[in-house]
Amino acid sequence: MKSKLLALGSWLLAVGLACTVPAGLCQAAEQFPPPDFTSSGYQIPQPTTPPARADFYELLDSLVLAAALGLATYLIYRRRSRRGVFWLMLFSVAYFGFWRKGCVCPIGAIQNVAEAGFGSGLVLPVVVTVFFFLPLVLALFFGRTYCSAVCPHGALQDAILAKPVTVPPWLSHALGLLAYFYLGLAVLFAVTGSAYIICEYDPFVALFRRCGSAGLLSISAFFVLLAVFVGRPYCRFLCPYGAILRILSQLSRWRVKIYPDRCINCHLCDESCPYGAIHKTTPLEQASPRVAGKGRILAFAALVPLLVLLGGWFGSRLAGPLSHMDSTVRLADRIRLEESKPEVGRPSGSPGDPEDRPTEEMSDRSKAFRRTGQAFEELYADAAAVYSRFKAGSWWFGAWVGLVVGLKLLSLALPRRYSEYEADRSLCVACARCFAYCPGEKGLLDPNLKAKIAP
Amino acid sequence: MPPENEKNCARREFLRTGLQGAALVGLGALAGRLVTPSASQKTVWQIDPAKCIQCERCAVNCVLKPSAVKCVHAFKLCGYCRPCFGFFQPDYNALNAGAENQLCPTGAIERSFVEDPYYQYVINEPLCIGCSKCVKGCTAFGNGSLHLQVRHDRCVNCNECSIAVSCPSNAFVRVPASQPYLIKGKEHA
Repeated sequence: MKSKLLALGSWLLAVGLACTVPAGLCQAAEQFPPPDFTSSGYQIPQPTTPPARADFYELLDSLVLAAALGLATYLIYRRRSRRGVFWLMLFSVAYFGFWRKGCVCPIGAIQNVAEAGFGSGLVLPVVVTVFFFLPLVLALFFGRTYCSAVCPHGALQDAILAKPVTVPPWLSHALGLLAYFYLGLAVLFAVTGSAYIICEYDPFVALFRRCGSAGLLSISAFFVLLAVFVGRPYCRFLCPYGAILRILSQLSRWRVKIYPDRCINCHLCDESCPYGAIHKTTPLEQASPRVAGKGRILAFAALVPLLVLLGGWFGSRLAGPLSHMDSTVRLADRIRLEESKPEVGRPSGSPGDPEDRPTEEMSDRSKAFRRTGQAFEELYADAAAVYSRFKAGSWWFGAWVGLVVGLKLLSLALPRRYSEYEADRSLCVACARCFAYCPGEKGLLDPNLKAKIAP
Repeated sequence: MPPENEKNCARREFLRTGLQGAALVGLGALAGRLVTPSASQKTVWQIDPAKCIQCERCAVNCVLKPSAVKCVHAFKLCGYCRPCFGFFQPDYNALNAGAENQLCPTGAIERSFVEDPYYQYVINEPLCIGCSKCVKGCTAFGNGSLHLQVRHDRCVNCNECSIAVSCPSNAFVRVPASQPYLIKGKEHA
């Protein structure tokens, strides 16, 4: 009993001591030298260090990506097979999703590439480079093949789409802009080294890992439910990588086509497309002469630089709130706040001693910072540097938003005439549904039918 | 098709090919700039034990449940303290492995007799949740041989580690995948 009390006493004494000695000192010293184990011949064991995932598997991931992209292209352009694409989707969800747990993926790689590209000294592994660039290069030739069946996010949403509702074009156009804004924001936060928001708010990664924070899981549940009724909500309205692919696939060498020579204007492809990516033929009476829209186009073209400047100005006003995404800025603000408060219960002889302040006034972060003994001015300087990066970055972000909106308005003003059913280059994700629905595709129709029904 | 339309199509095609070529060159240049042989090494997340303040966030903020962060015992640093400060509650009843005496909420530390009066403390990793209670005790009153490490047989190496985001002391760092641990008392392991 006495020894117990003694032990407790020594404990309390130690607690008291430790509270007055900064933790850094405790860590450095080896207070108790290890004993010699002579009588038992005890060997001091080594801690185990299970290795990180071997480089070989990274290479394998890249190879699987390349193979899946190749297969998707073959299935879409050669076999024109929805069934094949569907099986590939399931494979991608299983491999890149559930097996690889959604990491590494090109969507998140945007941030690594942006951060490394702006010279932060971030190491960009080969596998990240491959994952980011391969689908982009392929998009220049074959459109959004990556989205069709290789991306686990897209494949998952496509596979669970049961009852698609039609999103009205105006809403679809408007929501489609969100992806560009999200891209701009993600690049801004990555370049300033503040956060990887794409990964932080990824809608499916919690599902692939089958665990995650409550927030992530509810985002997952929301998107999964939504994807049952709205075709690929993430791909169409939010995915920042999809936004890049939309731009690049405008330039693609080949694209998904509904064969005009077999088309009998039966509407089936248009109705089968859950993404609103198939343009109907323009009725003749609506095909207005080009001249009529010229003034409007010029007006919108003049509006673009104006919107860019306006966006830039407005963006730079947002630098303050945006910079609070950065932990250094937040910490500097916190320290400033704590320093400006009247000090309670602080002995005069120990300036800056963190343990004497009431704990509720100090966050763990500021406590940890004070323990490092770093000068406040250094922190403030760091925060100011981050802020100045935000100042410039948020101007560009605002300008980007202005540019996107301006170009969208301009593109809507351009007259479009379609003499046949046509898949939109940027909106089509090559899911191959229309192939399965097209009667001409399957050779169900008499090859001369079109000639027969044509006026 | 009227000839003017045909000309338009040809012009559009030419423009598209030109832009496509430009985009290819741009992507190639960007990729070429970013990938240099010296900078191609993969990195993984690890905890710098010198910066860790045992705030218990590792246990709750990992995307994995239980966390990929576990306690590691650097036996070489261990002082084999008679009341192990990582193992026993501050107000233990007796120096034995009774549940009421143990600090670890999951009983993940195994105490085994070595020779009088020394005991060896081994982390039973499947039980460890990375709460850092033992680390706190050991660091404050012992040698600090118990410390937290990201275990790479569990870590999924997220692009941005969600513990790193919430770590108040910036203890999460990227380390080369070839030397993925920062075990105390060693340069690397």
